[in-house]
Amino acid sequence: MNPSPLELVIAAIVAWLVIGVLGLVRPRHFVFITRVLFPAGSAVALALAVVAVMALAAPPQSTILPLGLPDLPFHLRLDSLSAFFLLLLGATGTAISMYSAGYFRSSEGTAPGVICFQYHAFLAAMALVMIADDAYLFMVAWESMALTSFFLVTTEHRIPEIRRAGFLYLLIAHIGAIAILLCFGTLQGGSGDYTFATMRTMHLTGAWPSAAFFLALFGFGAKAGLLPLHIWLPEAHPAAPSPVSALMSGVMLKTAIYGLLRVTFDLLTGQLWWWGVVALALGLATALFGVIFAAVQSDMKRLLAYSSIENIGIIVAGIGLTILFKSYDKSLLAAITLTAVLYHALNHAFFKSLLFLATGSVLHATHERSLGKLGGLIHHMPWVAWLALVGALACAGLPPLNGFVSEWLLLQAFLFTPSLPQSFVNMLVPVAAAALVLAVALSAYVMVKFFGVIFLGRPREANLAYAKDAGTFERIALVWLAAGCVLLGLFPVNVITLLDPINAMLVGASALNAGSSSWILLAPISADRASYSPLIMLVVILAIVLLTVQVVHRYYHGRSRRAPPWDCGFPAQTPRMQDTAEGFGMPIRTVFEPFFRMKRHLPSPFDATPRYEVTAEDHFWYWLYLPIARGAEVLARLVGHIQQGRISVYLTYSFFTLLALLFLVR
Amino acid sequence: MTLSGFFSQFLQLAIALVLAPLLVGWVNKCRAWLSNRTAPSILQPYRTIRKLFFKDAVIAENASSIFRLTPYIVFGAMCCAAAIVPSLATDLPFARAADTIALVGLFALARVFMSLAAMDIGTSFGSLGARREMFVGFLAEPALLMVLFTASLISGSTSLPSIVDTFAHRELAIYPSLAFAGVAFVMVSLAENARIPVDNPTTHLELTMIHEAMLLEYSARHLALLEWAAALKLFNYSCIGLALFFPFGIVVSGTDWLALLGAAPALIAKLLAGGFALALIETLSAKMRIFRAPEFLGTAFMLAVLAMLVNLLLGA
Repeated sequence: MNPSPLELVIAAIVAWLVIGVLGLVRPRHFVFITRVLFPAGSAVALALAVVAVMALAAPPQSTILPLGLPDLPFHLRLDSLSAFFLLLLGATGTAISMYSAGYFRSSEGTAPGVICFQYHAFLAAMALVMIADDAYLFMVAWESMALTSFFLVTTEHRIPEIRRAGFLYLLIAHIGAIAILLCFGTLQGGSGDYTFATMRTMHLTGAWPSAAFFLALFGFGAKAGLLPLHIWLPEAHPAAPSPVSALMSGVMLKTAIYGLLRVTFDLLTGQLWWWGVVALALGLATALFGVIFAAVQSDMKRLLAYSSIENIGIIVAGIGLTILFKSYDKSLLAAITLTAVLYHALNHAFFKSLLFLATGSVLHATHERSLGKLGGLIHHMPWVAWLALVGALACAGLPPLNGFVSEWLLLQAFLFTPSLPQSFVNMLVPVAAAALVLAVALSAYVMVKFFGVIFLGRPREANLAYAKDAGTFERIALVWLAAGCVLLGLFPVNVITLLDPINAMLVGASALNAGSSSWILLAPISADRASYSPLIMLVVILAIVLLTVQVVHRYYHGRSRRAPPWDCGFPAQTPRMQDTAEGFGMPIRTVFEPFFRMKRHLPSPFDATPRYEVTAEDHFWYWLYLPIARGAEVLARLVGHIQQGRISVYLTYSFFTLLALLFLVR
Repeated sequence: MTLSGFFSQFLQLAIALVLAPLLVGWVNKCRAWLSNRTAPSILQPYRTIRKLFFKDAVIAENASSIFRLTPYIVFGAMCCAAAIVPSLATDLPFARAADTIALVGLFALARVFMSLAAMDIGTSFGSLGARREMFVGFLAEPALLMVLFTASLISGSTSLPSIVDTFAHRELAIYPSLAFAGVAFVMVSLAENARIPVDNPTTHLELTMIHEAMLLEYSARHLALLEWAAALKLFNYSCIGLALFFPFGIVVSGTDWLALLGAAPALIAKLLAGGFALALIETLSAKMRIFRAPEFLGTAFMLAVLAMLVNLLLGA
């Protein structure tokens, strides 16, 4: 018998769960868990990725599992969209599991076997989210994902800040889950049938489609880190162990993107143009906000968390543009933007996982997360440094790596927007394009800061000289992800061909057929209009570089010597005189001062021990979250008044309630 | 992909490599004239580069490979850009591989590597220069892209040769959007090429330098390559400006390749005029404090966005 792709995906999920349970059987057997179970999980992820590639072009398959509640079986469905996100999960999961095999040490917080269980249950839950075909299973998988990741975030639960970060994450995840639940409630349109198949056939009228869309945007936005629900991301990512951060940032945020796409383009039958405008504006605001905050961070994992917020913003802006095009029946343009969205999701999964894993290696080698105490690690950790450089350049959106391709596609889409009939929307384009370009340019700033301060320069602390490079497992993982960044960047046409079935499914057009793309040249509309070929570009640059090197070495005597740095002849330099993370972020802090809630402590000339301190905090925390928290406290105190703790009082309450009900219902 | 295409491609790259230092020499000469100094020879940049190539390289003790690789990467990126920008002809086979967005990406690649190399040694000046360069870049890069987008919207293409083809064939009329874009482009070019009022190419005063601060630790062949790359960058920016706003004389596609013989003198004439204008701007303006730069570049950015808006409103 030849198993279908859907059966293989289910088999992979079961395999992950089995691996997880095996970890629970011998929770303290360190070697068994790290050398056997995690590599096995990695192999399963790789198999899943292969199956997903096969399933991308295949017709949708569905099946019903006799699990769950009586009369409420689990519906499963594997179509192109699910397959793409499974591919994303599998391809990055392969590397992250491999990395975990080398990363987890026996002494940290939760027992390794328990981590192994939580980790693999997390993977399985994410895979289940992608193939769920009814709201019931979707919510079960979604909540399992939130819970397992909560326990992973709080691996080092003995530290109070980590417990606090975990709580915040769980809280916002549940507020989001409520919105998603309400969204499904709206989508079933009174039929009482919560399968996605029924929802697809429902034609909601009036304000209901908009209600469903905005509930989805809110609910999935909470998971993705959309403004103003981003607040948990910069807390949870630094708290979690690095492979978990990588998995959360690289893959889990994309489950929210998956959900948003599923609801907007698959379950809802029509899209309204102004949803697109709202999503576009929200996405761009998120992108700018994220990157501005990333530029002033001094904790390397917080910096990456804010950078994730930026990338999610770009993706959501792309979704907004897709909705806009789709609602005006520009299906070709919608296909191009949707391609950009999916491409960027995949790219972000690769480069952000790579960068998070690299910070994990740095963390293990130096026990330091603060950028201001690192530096010069390229000499001690060349593998991590050079592979992280690939990730940083990709994240900065530089050609010929992968981050650039999706940004190129998205910018092309912006340039096509003036063909829309509504002049108001057309006016929006320059502003939106400007915001996007600004965010992308700032991300280069952020990445130079990230890479330069950690890996370049001289070590800012003496103990950095003992930093050790990553181990074999970690190197394999980093190489896999870096290779992904390069290949995704160099062969855009092949990747887009893979993605094209999704375009056909969701917006009913192909992003490739209209243009004159060949395997080497990406030209979405026509070669006269716009074309890009990273491979040729790379070959030309490399050819020029090699030629220059050859010429210089032929005609130049080649004498060079090493000497102390010159630095304008300044003699008394110390490594502390290099820019710190705060110093490097200072210009951004000054220019965008209104964005931050700043507290400065400046030393006076008479201080015996001068102390300089500046913190840049998030306004949302003070303007939105603390008022809500205070309001909740006030309410709780009011409610507290009626809690007397005497049974006779409670009986009186019941009596009056009964009276009131009798009066009302009669 | 034709033979004449390859011919014009290589000719253009060669001319860029040869003319770029000459352009810098010309600008320096004009600057000297305008400030009543004795002018250095127009060939002085060549002599500097030649001299540097035959010196012993001194590399800081803790420099990593990034430091040694950067001059080659920056030089390669600038050559690559010179191959895309139509300075003589628009029949450029390589320009298919990279449109205007990729061109801005190439400049960004060079900038990021320059900044990383400057941080590599771990001196105070190096990281100061890197920080300032990225600071100027994050505003200049979007502004440049917006200028190019305005041109793309008018011509319906993001490929530079196609844009020039369209512009060269249109009737001689003033496009209001291009006027805005032109002002924005001049401002961006000043900032990107480390010119007064944003930076000063001749300074070594720590409070003012940006580009020079990043080059401090370089010597000999590496420095020569970087100087040459900086000259190429100025040449590229000049050619982008000329192609967008004065496309006359560029051999558009479909004409005989012998017309290249006429294009070269036209290019040189335009560059001489442009170089003089640059020297004039530099002489007439004063260096700004670094924190005034965001205002300057923010103005450029806003002008470029306005150009796009005007283009959409008026359709011109």
